[in-house]
Amino acid sequence: MTLDGKCPSGPIETAWDRHRFNMKLVNPANRRKYNVLVVGTGLAGAACAATMGELGFNVHAFCYQDSARRAHSIAAQGGINAAKNYQNDGDSIHRLFYDTVKGGDYRSRERNVHRLAEISVNIIDQAVAQGVPFAREYGGLLDNRSFGGAQVARTFYARGQTGQQLLLGAYSALSRQVQAGTVKLHTRTEMLDLVVIDGRARGIITRNLATGELESWVGDAVVLATGGYGNVFFLSTNAMGCNVTATYKAYKKGALFANPCYTQIHPTCIPVSGGYQSKLTLMSESLRNDGRVWVPKSAADATRDPNSLSEDQRDYYLERRYPSFGNLVPRDVASRNAKNVCDEGRGVGHEVDGQRRAVYLDFRDAIKRVGKSTIEARYGNLFHMYTKITGENPYETPMRIYPAIHYTMGGLWVDYNLMSNIEGLFVLGEANFSDHGANRLGASALMQGLADGYFVAPPTISDYLARVGWGSQINAEHEAFKVAKGEANDRIQKLLNIKGKRAVDSFHRELGNVMWDKCGMSRTKEGLEEALKRIPQIRAEFWENVNVPGDNKGVNQSLERAGRVADFLEFGELMCLDALERAESCGGHFREESQTEDGEALRDDDNYCHTAAWEFKGVDTTPTLHKEALNFEYVKLTQRSYK
Amino acid sequence: MKITLNVWRQSGPDAAGSFVKYEVDGVNADMSMLEMLDVLNDRLESKGEQPIAFDHDCREGICGACGFMINGVAHGPEKEITVCQTHMRSFKDGDELTLEPWRAMAFPVMRDLMVDRSAFDRIIQAGGYVSVRTGSAPEANATPVIKDNADLAFEAAACIGCGACVAACPNAAAMLFTSAKVSHLGLLPQGQPERDKRALDMVAQMDKEGFGHCTNHGECEAVCPKGISVNFIARMNRDLLSATLRSTR
Ligand SMILES: Cc1cc2nc3c(=O)[nH]c(=O)nc-3n(C[C@H](O)[C@H](O)[C@H](O)COP(=O)(O)OP(=O)(O)OC[C@H]3O[C@@H](n4cnc5c(N)ncnc54)[C@H](O)[C@@H]3O)c2cc1C
Ligand code: SF4
Ligand code: FES
Repeated sequence: MTLDGKCPSGPIETAWDRHRFNMKLVNPANRRKYNVLVVGTGLAGAACAATMGELGFNVHAFCYQDSARRAHSIAAQGGINAAKNYQNDGDSIHRLFYDTVKGGDYRSRERNVHRLAEISVNIIDQAVAQGVPFAREYGGLLDNRSFGGAQVARTFYARGQTGQQLLLGAYSALSRQVQAGTVKLHTRTEMLDLVVIDGRARGIITRNLATGELESWVGDAVVLATGGYGNVFFLSTNAMGCNVTATYKAYKKGALFANPCYTQIHPTCIPVSGGYQSKLTLMSESLRNDGRVWVPKSAADATRDPNSLSEDQRDYYLERRYPSFGNLVPRDVASRNAKNVCDEGRGVGHEVDGQRRAVYLDFRDAIKRVGKSTIEARYGNLFHMYTKITGENPYETPMRIYPAIHYTMGGLWVDYNLMSNIEGLFVLGEANFSDHGANRLGASALMQGLADGYFVAPPTISDYLARVGWGSQINAEHEAFKVAKGEANDRIQKLLNIKGKRAVDSFHRELGNVMWDKCGMSRTKEGLEEALKRIPQIRAEFWENVNVPGDNKGVNQSLERAGRVADFLEFGELMCLDALERAESCGGHFREESQTEDGEALRDDDNYCHTAAWEFKGVDTTPTLHKEALNFEYVKLTQRSYK
Repeated sequence: MKITLNVWRQSGPDAAGSFVKYEVDGVNADMSMLEMLDVLNDRLESKGEQPIAFDHDCREGICGACGFMINGVAHGPEKEITVCQTHMRSFKDGDELTLEPWRAMAFPVMRDLMVDRSAFDRIIQAGGYVSVRTGSAPEANATPVIKDNADLAFEAAACIGCGACVAACPNAAAMLFTSAKVSHLGLLPQGQPERDKRALDMVAQMDKEGFGHCTNHGECEAVCPKGISVNFIARMNRDLLSATLRSTR
C-alpha cells in the first residue's frame, strides 16, 4: 500500500483555495438523499454535523453521554489560537503555521498545518457570531493572551472555560439543526463497530446505553470525531468515558492507525494521592510563570515540612539545568525532569505503591516579591481549585504537582481531505493524526477540532458524496451489517458470561501502570519489549477472570467499561510497538537511547522523518507498518534547544 | 473513616426502587464522593453484584453529567461545587449519607442515581441559539460588545446543564436553567434579532416538558454549582413580558 496524502501541489498559500475550487458539489435538491453518520459531538463532531445539516444533508449524530453538550471538549480551559493579529505584535498566518510545524517537532504535514492556520481566523468570527462570550477589553474588542511555544499573543479565551463556551456554541448550532429536522441526535449511544462494504464505509453498529439494544445505521459517509485515547493510561486528564473503541474498531476494519505512540504529557497536574484515584486534574501551565519548581536535595528530606527546608537543602532543578528558560521550559522537558528527580527518590508528597511522585511548585518567593494579593489576582481560581481537591493552602504550603497524560497526537491516518484509507470514512479532531506532529502546542486542539468540523470536512465530504453518487441499494439487511451486529452481540455475551473474580477497573489500572511505566514520559527498547510481553498476559487474564455483572437489558455501566477496556488492552500493544519501532526521540516521544549529551531529545531525520501508519493483521499478529514520507519545503528542520 | 450509605437502588425506569444500606470502610479524606462510590462499586462488581449507576464524565465540575442528592441537598453540602468535586473530607468518620436521584416529573429515573435530562436539550433546541450559518459570520471585531455585558453574558453562559436547580426547586421548575440561556444570548448584540422569539419558544417548551412554575423560593441559586444568579430569572421575565406585548400588538 502506498500512502498518498493527496495534498494539492503548487504554492502553499493558495493550495486550499485551489483545492476547494476543484471539488465537486452536490445539487441542493439531492442533498437530503444522502445519509451522513457523525459519531461524536465534541467540537469536531458537533461543528461538522451542524454544518452538514445546514447544507441540507440528512445527518445522524451520536454520542455516549446523555447530552451532546457534555463531550470532553467541554473541559478545555486555556484558549484557542487564531492568527488574527489583533494585538499587532507581528502575528500572521505564516507565523502560526511555522510555530505549529516547529512545535510538532517536524513530524506533521506542512500543507495540512498551513490550511489550519488560514482557517483559524474564520473560527473566531463564527464563534463570536454564535454568541460565544470571549474575554473582551474595555473598548469592547476581543482580548488575547499568550500561550506556550509562541512569542505573540494569539490565544482567545473565555476565562478558564474556553472549551465549554466553544462547545456550547457548536452545540447550539447543532440544536438548531435538530429543531430544523436535518440532524437526528442519538445520545447515550455508543458505536461498537464500523461496517465496510466493497471498500467503502457504509455504516455503524451502535449500542443504546439506556436499553442495551444493538442497532445498524446505514450511511453514505461515516465521520468519526470520537476524541483521543489518553485513557489507555487509566489515569489522565481526560473524562472517564473517553475511549479508543470507535477508532480502534475502524482500525480492525482496515483503517490505518498513525503514530499511536505520540502522546502529550502535561507537566502541571495534581498528583496521585492514593490507589483509589480515578482521574487527574490539570492545573494551568501559567502557574509556572511565578511558581518555582523544586525538590529536596537529599531523599532523606522528602517527608519533611517543605517550609522547614533551607535554601541550600532545596534543588531548583529546572533553574539549575536550564538557566535561560528556567521554570518555563516546554511541557515535555519539564515533565521528564520531574520524573527523573522522583526516580532518584527525591519525590515528595503521599507515598503511593511505595513511591513518592510529586515535586513542589512554590509561590513563596513570588508572594514576597509582588504580594499575596497580586498572586491571588493572577491565580486565585486555580489556587481555589487546588485547595478543593487537596485540602491544602498553596499560599502557605508549596503546591505539589506531577505530570499526567493530557492529549494524544496519534490517531487514524487521514489524507488532506480528512478521509482515511477506507473510502467514505472521515476522521476529525483529536481522533485523527493530522496536524500536530509529535507534539501539540497549547490552545491548538480547539482550533483544529473546529477547523475540521466547520470548514474542512463539509466541503471534502460533499465532494466525496458527489463523486460516489446516491442510489446504492444497501440497507441494514445487508449481510455485512448482520455479521457486524452478530459479532458485537457475541462479544457482549462473552463479556457477560465470564463471571470471574476481578472488577473491570482493576484491569484498566493494571494496563495503565504498564503503559505509564514503559510507554509514558520516557521509553526504552527493553521497557517496551517488556510491555509487549506483559499486555497480552493482562488481556488473557481479563478474558478469563473479569466479572461483568448484570445483563444486556438496560443500563449496565460495567458492560460499557468492559467493552472499552477490552479495546484498550489491544490498543496498548499497538502503541508500544510504534514506540519501539520509532528509535528516535521527537516531541512527546522520548527514547532514552536517542538523546543529546545533555539529556535532551534527539531526532533522527535521516531515518524517521515519516508518519508511521499501521495496518491491522489480527489480534495476536504483528501489524504491517506503512510509511508516509514528510517533506519540508517551507520550514527548515532544526534541533530544538532551551538551554 | 467509615461511612454508611443509604443509596436509592432502582433497576430500571419502570421498576420500583428502594433504599439499600452499604457500609463503606477505609474511606480516605482525599477521595472524591465519586471515587468513594467507585471503591464500593469495585467491591460489588468483584462479587458479581450490580454496581450503583450514576452519570459522570469529566470529574472536574464542568461537563454537568454528575449530580444527585446527598442528605437531601442537590450536589451535597459544599457551596458551588458538583458531586464529583465533593471530597470525603467534608464528612467525618461514622457519618450516614443518603444518596438519592434528582426527583422531578420532567427527569424520569433511569436507574439508581441516573435520570433522563433530555428535556433540557429540547428546551435549547426550541431556541437557545443564534441563527448563523457556518461561513456567514462577519469579522469578529466588527461588533464591539460592552465589556460589562460580555462579562455578564459569560456568567449566564457558565451553566453546565446539571439539573440541580430543578431538583432543588419545590415546584421542579427549570427557570434558572432556561433563564441562563435566554440571558446569555439576550445580553449580546448577536442575540438581539431573535430575542423575543427565543424567550417565548424556550419558555413554551419548558412548560410542555412538565417543569413546574417559579414561585421565587430561590432554592435553585443556593445549590447551583456555577453560582448562576436568580437575577437572570427576573431578566427573563422582563424579556417575556415585552415579547408578549410586542407579539400581541
Ligand atoms: C483538561 C483539558 C484541558 C484542555 N485544554 C485545552 C485548551 O486550553 N486548548 C486546546 O486547544 N485544547 C485543550 N485541550 C484538548 C482539547 O480539549 C481536545 O483535544 C478537544 O476538545 C477534542 O475535541 P474532539 O471534538 O476531537 O473530541 P471530544 O470533545 O473528546 O469528543 C468526542 C465525542 O465522541 C463521542 N464518542 C467517543 N467515543 C464514542 C463511541 N465509541 N461511540 C459514540 N460516541 C463516542 C463522545 O460522546 C464525544 O461526543 C484540553 C484537554 C483537556 C483534557
Ligand atoms: S442553572 Fe446551575 S443548577 Fe441549573 S442546570 Fe445550570 S448549572 Fe446546573
Ligand atoms: S462529572 Fe462532569 S461535572 Fe461532575
